[in-house]
Amino acid sequence: MNREEIRRLEQAIEQMMDLARGFGLDFYEMRFEICPADIVYTFGAYGMPTRFSHWSFGKAFHRMKTQYDFGLSRIYELVINSDPCYAFLLDGNSLLQNKLVAAHVLAHCDFFKNNAHFAHTSRFMVESMASSAERIRSYELQYGKDVVEQFLDAALAIQEHVDPSVTFRRRPRDWEERREKGQQTEKPGSPYDDLWALDQPPSAAKQTEMAIPRKVPPEPEKDLVLFLIEHSRVLEDWQRDILSVLRDEMLYFWPQIETKIMNEGWATYWHLRIMREMDLTSDEAVDFSHMHSGVVLPSKTSINPYYVGLAIWEDIEKRWNDPPEEARRRFGARPGQGRAKMFEVRETETDTSFLRNYLTKELVEELNLYLYQKMGNEWRVVETDWEKVRDTLCAARVNGGFPVILVQDGDYLQNGELYLTHRYEGVELDVKYVEKTLPYVYRLWGRPVHLETVLDSRAILFSYDGKKNHRKFL
Amino acid sequence: MAPVRFTVSKEDWSLHRKGYQDQQRHRDKVREAIRKNLPDLITEESIIMTDGRQIVKVPIRSLDEYRFRFNYEKQAHGGTGDGNAKPGDVLGRDGEPAQGPGTGPGAGDQPGIDYYEADVSVEDIEEVLFKDLELPELKPKDEFETEVTDIRFNDVRKKGLSSNIDKKRTILETLKRNAMHGKPGMHHISPDDLRYKTWEEIEEPRSNAVVLAMMDTSGSMGVFEKYVARTFFFWTVRFLRTKYQKVDIVFIAHHTEAKIVSETEFFTKGESGGTICSSAYQLALDLVDHEYPVKRWNIYPIHFSDGDNLSSDNERCVQLVNELMDKCNIFGYGEVNQYQRTSTLMSAYRHIHNPKFRAVLIREKGDVYKALTTFFSPAADQQAS
Repeated sequence: MNREEIRRLEQAIEQMMDLARGFGLDFYEMRFEICPADIVYTFGAYGMPTRFSHWSFGKAFHRMKTQYDFGLSRIYELVINSDPCYAFLLDGNSLLQNKLVAAHVLAHCDFFKNNAHFAHTSRFMVESMASSAERIRSYELQYGKDVVEQFLDAALAIQEHVDPSVTFRRRPRDWEERREKGQQTEKPGSPYDDLWALDQPPSAAKQTEMAIPRKVPPEPEKDLVLFLIEHSRVLEDWQRDILSVLRDEMLYFWPQIETKIMNEGWATYWHLRIMREMDLTSDEAVDFSHMHSGVVLPSKTSINPYYVGLAIWEDIEKRWNDPPEEARRRFGARPGQGRAKMFEVRETETDTSFLRNYLTKELVEELNLYLYQKMGNEWRVVETDWEKVRDTLCAARVNGGFPVILVQDGDYLQNGELYLTHRYEGVELDVKYVEKTLPYVYRLWGRPVHLETVLDSRAILFSYDGKKNHRKFL
Repeated sequence: MAPVRFTVSKEDWSLHRKGYQDQQRHRDKVREAIRKNLPDLITEESIIMTDGRQIVKVPIRSLDEYRFRFNYEKQAHGGTGDGNAKPGDVLGRDGEPAQGPGTGPGAGDQPGIDYYEADVSVEDIEEVLFKDLELPELKPKDEFETEVTDIRFNDVRKKGLSSNIDKKRTILETLKRNAMHGKPGMHHISPDDLRYKTWEEIEEPRSNAVVLAMMDTSGSMGVFEKYVARTFFFWTVRFLRTKYQKVDIVFIAHHTEAKIVSETEFFTKGESGGTICSSAYQLALDLVDHEYPVKRWNIYPIHFSDGDNLSSDNERCVQLVNELMDKCNIFGYGEVNQYQRTSTLMSAYRHIHNPKFRAVLIREKGDVYKALTTFFSPAADQQAS
């Protein structure tokens, strides 16, 4: 973009911000950066401009850039959940494209700022990722590039296994608190209480203390990364630090993973509304609709979040603007509440509840959503029943789409071995990947590791003992 | 509400190289994986059977990012139809049955693209493979055939071709002259200021070398034996043409008698009949005597056979091999022998104790790599291994 185009983009953004505020959107200060494609793709691959280095990011970058070079796909924009909010626009975009992107980005920023699940994400992640990257870089100098890389390989293999619900719980964790409470009940109520029990057998309080499980963890824990940080006996300080860095970064990205459909639908909804209010020349209007239809192109083999998300948001608006007679009669629904309802939904939901609550029968049919599955060597449509479609889409979004792995026992067989279970909910794990990932967990834990899951409706235990994989049906 | 501000900026990102650096690291790891998998990769049928220009997809396992994940193929996925999709509709098919480990649903009409395979081109493999290969014992021969390989600009003169004006030096001259005349600055370039670059031709002497590629095409050479021999020569030819400017390769096919064949024939023709290996050695000796005199040539006879020779011929073979070794740099013998039977020829060769004699027993495809590194490595390596 040349200087003149940038000047015109600035004018447009000024106007769009006014419009957006008029609609009720609420965002942080914005920093728009115009970058060449390879920079935008670097940020896309790393998730953040300042993140640490690892070959897997290079691989992602290479793939994205190749697809861009061959014209197969392109990201138009990248926006970062931070305050002020950074948005990266593509230098190669036309003025109109960047206008659309700016409108889209404003809505993303509004979403970051107002959706409850983002409330606890660090708004300074750009800076803290930069300093983490710097530390990891210094570990490379100190311990050797290969050593750090090998550790990162292992750590990245389990990075999804965090528990966002314990993010802000301060330690001691609740079972430790309970143990403390258990001890508290022993405390005498008055200075003379201990006298009364002198002639009785050892106190009940003592027994409860005995009954407090020695097992670690006493109850299954979802946060494998945190468990390793706290309980692994082989990790050095710098390794614990890297695990903590990854965990913080994953927790920062987590709400984005959980609100993909909502957030993209929201941004698409608003770029349409904002752009409609702009004075576009007829050429620009044609370009715009061309670009917009590219964004919301439905896919036969996946759920395009822009497309499905937009449809759900527009449906919410329509239904709450013009509630059906029954809702008016029974619940006193008033017409014209579409926008208000939308703002309420954007504050509270994540994809699972968004789909669960607002993907209606009519929508599933109208969008012709279906489920498909592999049958023999063909991929076939297997289901169009709306409830089954909705339920499966919801299930696929649970836990960000990652399997839930629970830490059962950190001292399995009284031998310090690690016993994990997969919370099986009808979908099997990729066996090859299990057997390739367990050695990584072993590297972090230092003792044999086990994972219990279900294969062909039978419970199975995968184990890795440091040399070989074993599996046995339970 | 205070107005929310914004900035639009465009900075110079040219120093931001992180993506490229990590991409390079990824590439290095691919190369490392290629190196580890070389024995398997170089016998990959899809490479040998094509013109060798194709990109092959090679599943390189160490580059996958493993994690706990769902089995994509045992899961229902969502999709969006055009209004008419109904149960039973086919969205896509797996093209061919999986070709090996790591071959999952790929691009094309199959859903799910998150499987990763490294695209490895023949050039990628060559780069790694040829790095450590060389013609052993290569000696300078009496008569060099000098050859111009490049030009190099290495001098600046006051006369020359105007297309070769050295602008920087010309300007410096102008500045210098003006300064000397007390009028510093950049004005008026006089003809005297002009400077021209000139070049010289770089001439590199080269040693002549010829590889005598001999292959048994008798009836006992089965599909596997021929495949192995041809795979070996396929890489040999590419290696010689990549790494050396000009090496002659003579293709000799033999059963009971030997003849010189074209490259195409060598790689495609099937033959049958009994085996008399000495026929090939005799032909090789004749070639050395008449066309490739030792005085001018480095000579590398390499013979591939299944070892199934006419027994009465073995003694003559040993004698001819010894004669060849007197004249040649090394003699390479590759025996393709899957079943580990004792072959008559190898038994006869067991008594040859000449450092020039290099033999490799090939039991499986992966051993082709062993053959390449045995024949095309310096002598020191040989003793070490």
